[in-house]
Amino acid sequence: MEPTVHLDNLRVEYRDPERGGQTKVAVHGLSLRVQPGEVFGFLGPNGAGKTSTMNVLLGFTPATGGTARIFGVDVREPIARQRIGYLPEQTYYYKFLTAEELLRFYSGIFGLGRAEAERRIDAVLKLVELDHARKRPIKTYSKGMQQRAGLAQALINNPDLLILDEPTSGLDPLGRMKVREIIQRLKAEGKTVFFSSHELGEVETICDRVAILHQGVLKAEGRVADLQREHAANLEQVFLKLVGHSPTA
Amino acid sequence: MNTIWALAKVVVLEMVRRKDFYVLFILTVLLAVTAGSVNLFNEDRIVRYLKEICLLLIWVSGLVIAISCTARQIPAEREHRTIFPLLAKPVTRGQFLLGKFFGCWLATGLALALFYLFFGLVSAAREQQWPVLNFLQAAWLHWLMLGIVIAATLLGSIVFAAPSSNGTICFVCAAGILLLGRHLNKVALQLTEPAQSLLYGIYFVIPHLELFDVRDLIIHNWELIPWGVVALASLYAAAYTAFFLFAAWLTFRRRPLN
Repeated sequence: MEPTVHLDNLRVEYRDPERGGQTKVAVHGLSLRVQPGEVFGFLGPNGAGKTSTMNVLLGFTPATGGTARIFGVDVREPIARQRIGYLPEQTYYYKFLTAEELLRFYSGIFGLGRAEAERRIDAVLKLVELDHARKRPIKTYSKGMQQRAGLAQALINNPDLLILDEPTSGLDPLGRMKVREIIQRLKAEGKTVFFSSHELGEVETICDRVAILHQGVLKAEGRVADLQREHAANLEQVFLKLVGHSPTA
Repeated sequence: MNTIWALAKVVVLEMVRRKDFYVLFILTVLLAVTAGSVNLFNEDRIVRYLKEICLLLIWVSGLVIAISCTARQIPAEREHRTIFPLLAKPVTRGQFLLGKFFGCWLATGLALALFYLFFGLVSAAREQQWPVLNFLQAAWLHWLMLGIVIAATLLGSIVFAAPSSNGTICFVCAAGILLLGRHLNKVALQLTEPAQSLLYGIYFVIPHLELFDVRDLIIHNWELIPWGVVALASLYAAAYTAFFLFAAWLTFRRRPLN
């Protein structure tokens, strides 16, 4: 079966203005495969190269070397993004729009017809529990509601792959639980979810497989249970060990 | 086309919901009404002078709306990070730029239509006549000229990081061309080489925005410009607009978004 996400020897370099424009390597030869229907956790400390990898997958930055494919299509082709939904770490949307208008705008981007767009807008607003606030400007939303509006826009095209960059970051426990529930519901629908997170407990609960990245290098990849068995530790301890952090007693 | 139209609609919606456009519109309306209500013995020269002031106001307001609306588009998308969920969808950088261009051009066109309509009503009420075709030609050429300015400002917003510096540079350049553009060749004749060739080069390269300034058509109720000439002017504007949009696309197409 063709992997949904296929990274082969991916290398990402960028010029660091803080170091006088010197080249910095963000990702060193990363190879990964995410299979259809999987919930895949992409883990690593800050600066590990997670966002750089996601930026390549989404076509925001070009890869310096290697290849990145989504559904077998090179990520540089805009058509590769037809079947994906993306939720950035911090959700910023056009604040002068209401949630309904925002979703109508994104429906237009995907070329959905009017009837189809209205049907999808109703469905995703119900899914993220924002139906009651659909006519309110986004600027009046709480952070949790904005994050859910972000999820709604990521789902408007009924994507087969969801790329979520720290989807629960900055949310209160209730907000986190709601986002987690939505991801689990999408998993039950057979969607592929590729997400980065610092919440290891959450990753343990919902991920089928994880990859741990440190300083741009892939340190481990596999099923959560297999990694725990291999290292005889829970996911947090495995993570700390792999990123070279020895907890003091 | 769906993508470009969707992007353009959001730009128009943003302008309609922002307050700065209304402030400018009300200010222009107030000044036009004040100028229009002054009745100085219906002296022809004074009436023409007042019309000139009103049209100058419309030109300045049009330029301010076009430049301020366009200069903030891309920097605001980057600053508010709205560009990320947008470009994560099947939107090419070219479609993104075209959507922004058409949005700003339509928004500016909407503002111009309101200004000219209002000015036409005031003018018709005073003079008991409304040369609609003169108004249409003047507004159309004005709008085409603003299309060139908008495309250039869009290019500037990719090159310069701050919208304020881009806005200022574009405003100074547009105003400079409008005021001095037609005289550059005459000035060049008085210079020595290599300054002469340089100034001549500039004269032939810059878009001559002043060609689109046909306010006299309304002020003096002159005869219509032949439609063939209007069509040629439209082609001239389209060529410069396409050039600036192409340059913007070349600059933006591979630029990393961080």
